[in-house]
Amino acid sequence: MKRKIIDCRRLLCPMPVIRVQTAVESLPDGAQIEAICTDPGVLTDIPAWSRINGHKLIEAREEDGEYIVVVEVDHGKQ
Amino acid sequence: MTKQRKAAALISGGLDSLLAARVMQEQGIHVEGINFYTGFCVEGHTHAIRKKDRQKEKRNNALWVAEQLGIKLHIVDIVEDYKQVVLNPKHGYGANLNPCLDCKIFMVSKALEWIKSKDFDFIITGEVIGQRPMSQRKETMPVVADESGAEDLLLRPLCARNLPETLPEREGWVDRQQLHDFSGRSRKPQMALAAKFGFEDYAQPAGGCCFLTDAQYSVKLADLWRARGDKQYEMDDIMLLKVGRHLRPAPHFKLIISREEGEGNFLRGYRHQYPHLTTVSHPGPLALIDGDVSAADIELAARLVARYSQGRSEEEVVLAFTDIEGHQQALKVRPLQPHEIPREWVI
Ligand code: SF4
Repeated sequence: MKRKIIDCRRLLCPMPVIRVQTAVESLPDGAQIEAICTDPGVLTDIPAWSRINGHKLIEAREEDGEYIVVVEVDHGKQ
Repeated sequence: MTKQRKAAALISGGLDSLLAARVMQEQGIHVEGINFYTGFCVEGHTHAIRKKDRQKEKRNNALWVAEQLGIKLHIVDIVEDYKQVVLNPKHGYGANLNPCLDCKIFMVSKALEWIKSKDFDFIITGEVIGQRPMSQRKETMPVVADESGAEDLLLRPLCARNLPETLPEREGWVDRQQLHDFSGRSRKPQMALAAKFGFEDYAQPAGGCCFLTDAQYSVKLADLWRARGDKQYEMDDIMLLKVGRHLRPAPHFKLIISREEGEGNFLRGYRHQYPHLTTVSHPGPLALIDGDVSAADIELAARLVARYSQGRSEEEVVLAFTDIEGHQQALKVRPLQPHEIPREWVI
């Protein structure tokens, strides 16, 4: 499974969401994006953004003071 | 079959943009939201900084609005381009450093670029005539439409019946009779419409959608420009204006002193960019120093920071000064007393 890791440390919301959004645009359905963040707001914002735009949230967790959110791309039928 | 028409809605996260988009959906228009991130938006950040704010369940209101509507939301980073709006607003500032009219024009012009690239038909906003003293007046409505270049592709569903017909109305994509004629500062019509659509728990920002409407914030931004002798800012500058106590003991430097643990953690992230002070002998804040400082300035800064430590009533407090290369130096100082801190230092 293709997984792209994006470093969103020190970025405050909504910048991590924007980074995920940009990454999603260039990836095919089924690819995954792992965002590594330090703003706890991403645990609500990235899942909300994914739900709204039809992408699949794989996981959202805290690990060693960082927040990891994984999203699977689904562009749907346009 | 008639073509399904598509509108891009400017979504700030407040009630008006929520309603405007919903009114369009009622008429069978496909709506997607655009939310512009200027760097000054109230959404986001602050909750990440202050520990006490973290406990509150927070949400990004623009995302929340999109979810209520069941529409896609595109968050667009306009931080760089937006600087010209804040630094040189053609139509000036509002009560504080909020360039609302220029801001609206700019956002609609960006939305226009967006709809052209995505093959959407028109733009909607939640503007209401007379709602805001600076940017939402009868005279400013055509200014936004003209200067943004959107002209009659800009429809304001909540007050359209008080305005000239737009293209979507003329072409019959939307029915003008089902649009609204709200005007004035009253929020009652919006609240009634929200109740009709079953929306609850929506955000109603008092001043506006960004920090530039905040008096305290604007004072700090103006101070920054004055001190640098240049109206400029970087992302880090405008983030730091939201955090801590800001004191300027001399024109050439200021201190940003954390007020609690969350702010201390946030400021720690900047310790490689700014010289800083921490207390050693007593628990106390972290303070960043913005400006070029002499040994005497550092001593004064240390005495000031000691004032905000738990050693404030002691004869002596030990602090560590660290420059941006990481060189450390210990300082033993007597904390300043409240009467030794002129009011003008506090920004
Ligand atoms: S409050 Fe801020 S974001 Fe809203 S219109 Fe005014 S300047 Fe723009």
